[in-house]
Amino acid sequence: MSESFDVLEPRIDLGQWVEDAFDWFTETFEVVLDGIDTGLGWAYETLLSGLNAPPFLVMIAIFGALGWLARSWQFAIFAVLGFYLIAGMDQWEGAMQTLSLVLISAAVAVILAVPIGILAAKSQPVSNVVRPVLDFMQTLPPMVYLIPALAAFGIGEVPGIIATVVFAMPPGVRLTELAIRQVDAEVVEAGQAFGSPPGRILRQIQLPLALPTIMAGINQVIMLALSMVVLAAMVGAEGLGLDVLSGLSSLNVALGVEAGVSVVIIAIYLDRIVAALADRAPVVKAAKVRD
Amino acid sequence: MTAVRAEGLFKVFGRKQDEAVRRLLDGASREEVTKLGATPAVIDASFEVQPGEIFVVMGLSGSGKSTLIRMLNGLWTPTAGSVYVDDVDIAKIDAAKLRQVRQQKISMVFQHFALLPHRTVLENAAYALDIQGVSKEERRAKAVEALELVGLKGWEDKYPAQLSGGMKQRVGLARALAAGSDIMLMDEAFSALDPLIRREMQDQLVELQASLNKTIVFITHDLNEAMRLGDRIAVMRDGRIVQIGTAEEVLNDPANDYVAQFVADVDRTRVLTASSVMEKPQYVVNADAGPREAQHVMREKHVSAAFAVGRRDNRLHGVVYDEDVVAAVKRGDQKLDKIIKNDVAAVQEDAYLADLFAPSAESKLPLAVVDQAGKLVGVVPRVTLLAAMASITESPDQDPGAHSLQPVSAAGAASGQEGAAQ
Repeated sequence: MSESFDVLEPRIDLGQWVEDAFDWFTETFEVVLDGIDTGLGWAYETLLSGLNAPPFLVMIAIFGALGWLARSWQFAIFAVLGFYLIAGMDQWEGAMQTLSLVLISAAVAVILAVPIGILAAKSQPVSNVVRPVLDFMQTLPPMVYLIPALAAFGIGEVPGIIATVVFAMPPGVRLTELAIRQVDAEVVEAGQAFGSPPGRILRQIQLPLALPTIMAGINQVIMLALSMVVLAAMVGAEGLGLDVLSGLSSLNVALGVEAGVSVVIIAIYLDRIVAALADRAPVVKAAKVRD
Repeated sequence: MTAVRAEGLFKVFGRKQDEAVRRLLDGASREEVTKLGATPAVIDASFEVQPGEIFVVMGLSGSGKSTLIRMLNGLWTPTAGSVYVDDVDIAKIDAAKLRQVRQQKISMVFQHFALLPHRTVLENAAYALDIQGVSKEERRAKAVEALELVGLKGWEDKYPAQLSGGMKQRVGLARALAAGSDIMLMDEAFSALDPLIRREMQDQLVELQASLNKTIVFITHDLNEAMRLGDRIAVMRDGRIVQIGTAEEVLNDPANDYVAQFVADVDRTRVLTASSVMEKPQYVVNADAGPREAQHVMREKHVSAAFAVGRRDNRLHGVVYDEDVVAAVKRGDQKLDKIIKNDVAAVQEDAYLADLFAPSAESKLPLAVVDQAGKLVGVVPRVTLLAAMASITESPDQDPGAHSLQPVSAAGAASGQEGAAQ
């Protein structure tokens, strides 16, 4: 900054400033970052070993049963055939790694997104601040925030999870804010008029009525998280993304297709399960009741 | 003590709210203030609502009535002025106290029902009690009772989506009733309903009010509804209350051209009551005296029939006809009661003119108007009824007749409404 600034040949060192700021951040909050690293790493390993504990056939049966419980026996058949195909393509291990990564990332994203969305819905200043941040998160090429994630956490699953969370979170926040704002103002007024405190109005009126839209947001979060698997693989996260990457680098069409189809099967499965859960929201159920 | 009192109430949205209030108080018009960037919704509203009264606030959309009612329970905070609920200034209490007032003293019914779609009818009716922290059994008992009052027995386990609009609003009403508060705010409560259902709900409200005696502030844009329900009516225009009075006062003595124009199309026969057109009974004989006295009276007045009325209590016993009186005198009867006929057409003093036509057409005698105790208070000869009709239809602003009797009580209006509904 000591050099004089030439208006005709500008050089603005934004990148350097951000890097300096980031260095300061990583040093200052080292403890916090270590905590996040350990926590997310542990959650990922735990979930993955859980998914890998039973033989794959048992796991396929469990996926089928969940599909049956959530939707229908037709969907259960699809789930069984789909996951059997994954296993048959030798993608089972990668699929479970990807599933773990996606579920952990989506869970973290949702845990962050829903409260932020609620705050943004309740306070216009918060909303005004959150909106451009979300725009930034969604439009900045995801590769770019892989770099600091990598710098902070080193190679492995955790930077992949962090980048996925950043990329997948925005629709969760946006749809939660929208959902809460869309709740019939008169019903909220009814809560106030009968003397309900704000926390109870949120719990008994706003959240239940907003739930279907919030679930749509959660669905979006999961889908976006899945779309990040290849990028996550670039920072060392194992899973289907890694197979896609090596298929790409060695021009191995077969490997790429097998890994890609596995991602699609997982995507359809998760999408339908979440949609089925959304249909179980009390508001949706009550609207469907007929005598 | 008043149930609800508003004093110099202002609600201004937008910029420079306090300055807008100052200027309005100094006599500025709404338009002038709008130039400041302020939007006055309610301007200098003052009124008192008595316990047990149905106070209707009537005005077109944009007149500020919805904002006004929302200041009565603090959903909106007034820009200036005070609202007293049971003599507590609710603008001066903190949020927790305000919630307590809302829980215990003042409930609300909404235009679009505002039910919780994911809760059953019973749970919706019990909502206010849930907030009050009432135990589950008591909640259930009170909600069931309230639902029974509004005619929804057997619907407890349904969801709002399974109900028609009218039934949903009954749930809204039950929720407000179950809350147990004395004051009910009703914000265009029947406006979203079909006309026939609306009529039904109005009748039901009047009927309920006769037994429950709540204090009701009712917002509407429908003048006929205002006239049917209101003990008193406040007419609002552009944020100001331009007139407060009974239905008859608003009709017969509009405060300005706006109100006059507004009420021009009202069916007066459904607002004016028998008591407003009735005349002093002329042909009355003493039911406790003998036939000789009756004969004397009838001969003097040149009539062939007369109302027989108790001397002390003024109660209407029936009618006596000339030939019976003459025959009784001839027989030497000492009492009239044997010849008093019951075929008299009697109407309540608070019956609407619209309901007088049929009995009047069937009766040879003038209609007898009685009060609730059965006392003869006046008569309506057919010619009087027709004359009143003529004056109503020709010139709405003309006084259609002396109305010496005071406006009907809420309870009286209720029985009249029931009659009208049948």
